[in-house]
Amino acid sequence: MNTSVLKLHATTCCAPQASALRAAQLVLQRDLTLAYRRRGQIIQPLVFFVLITTLFPFAVSPELARLREIAPAALWIGALLASLLALEFLFRDDAQDGTLEQYVLSGQSLTWLLFAKTVTHWLLTGLPLTLVTPLAAFSLGVAYPAMPAIGAAVAIGTAALSLLGAISAGLTLGVRRGGVLLTLLTLPLSLPILIFGARAAELAIKGASVAAPLYLLGAFAVLGVTLAPLAAAAAVRISLE
Amino acid sequence: MWRGERHVLRGLDLALHNGEALQVCGANGSGKTSLLRTLCGLVHPEEGRVLWNGADVRRDLLGFHASLAYIGHDSPLKGDLSARENLRYWAGIRRRFSGEELDSALAQVGSVEWRDRTVRTLSAGQRRRVALAGLRLLGAPLWILDEPTSNLDVDGQQMVATMIREHLQQGGLVVAAVHHELVLGTAHVRRLDLA
Repeated sequence: MNTSVLKLHATTCCAPQASALRAAQLVLQRDLTLAYRRRGQIIQPLVFFVLITTLFPFAVSPELARLREIAPAALWIGALLASLLALEFLFRDDAQDGTLEQYVLSGQSLTWLLFAKTVTHWLLTGLPLTLVTPLAAFSLGVAYPAMPAIGAAVAIGTAALSLLGAISAGLTLGVRRGGVLLTLLTLPLSLPILIFGARAAELAIKGASVAAPLYLLGAFAVLGVTLAPLAAAAAVRISLE
Repeated sequence: MWRGERHVLRGLDLALHNGEALQVCGANGSGKTSLLRTLCGLVHPEEGRVLWNGADVRRDLLGFHASLAYIGHDSPLKGDLSARENLRYWAGIRRRFSGEELDSALAQVGSVEWRDRTVRTLSAGQRRRVALAGLRLLGAPLWILDEPTSNLDVDGQQMVATMIREHLQQGGLVVAAVHHELVLGTAHVRRLDLA
């Protein structure tokens, strides 16, 4: 007979579980503490974003009218690539040191814990990018009134990118040097975010209403919140097998 | 279960009750770790079942996971966090405990001296001790341990044996993959040799 049966019986019970909220809070705290101690990892995408956007005036033209035309593309390509750069670190270290295995075995919902991790990832990458965006936009000749709308679009867009990226990061966990594959998987999915984000920036620069692209970006983020943690949890389970 | 081209864990049929330990022995590559990961529900066999209190673990995987504590080959610790911080975040996700409880768990494995040092600066044996403190904190009835004494000195190996003995006396279950059989000095230890 080839079929195996392994039976375990216990009369003692386990200690009371921590609440899901407490578990998520600890995941968030832990990742923020680690990020603070490995500041270089957080600064890297930010420096990359600033470099890309500030190099455009040198490569194209110092003429402000010309720079304003290319500002939406420059800002969003920079934000997208910087987000992709940071994605590689989302689950990699946790997979290598067995933390992800412990999450799976924690008795807490893996979907919930990975959602907490993705939120932390956005706090450490998307939020700093959002805060630096006005500075980068200013260097591209964007006027002050357009900044809030551009910032809002970057905030929502990077949140959606973090959520989408979590799926790809989960899928490529088991792949050696999975960075390139991660980029290849995430880029096609993130094109709508790039398109609507750039459109929002363009409309904001022209002084028109940015409601439509912002709503669409919001829809992507909501879709990401509802589906991405589930898909990322499934991907992580497969990668750990 | 297939591992690449190899068919491992074929025709295994075993039962373990509270107060019992199972030592899984075998050469490298014999499937010890695969068996432990299957028991944990980290890997699902193509055929066969793991039953927890009579029910297939896949029916309530979260409930089953809440009842087990697993330590693999490597200790699940972060190099940039101290021993205390590691345990707070790792075991805290599972259950609430006080700072005194945490310190007491570290003291029981002889880790008080280095509890505030970052794990990066600890030796492999010291890290193992910290992971074993985590095992105590998790408060799970089923312990699944992969080479629990690896990197430990003689004192540490005796400490692991004592920990397991105490856990069994409290009605717990232990499944441990070992290269060198642990001397537990209790009649409730069984041995499984994997070819």
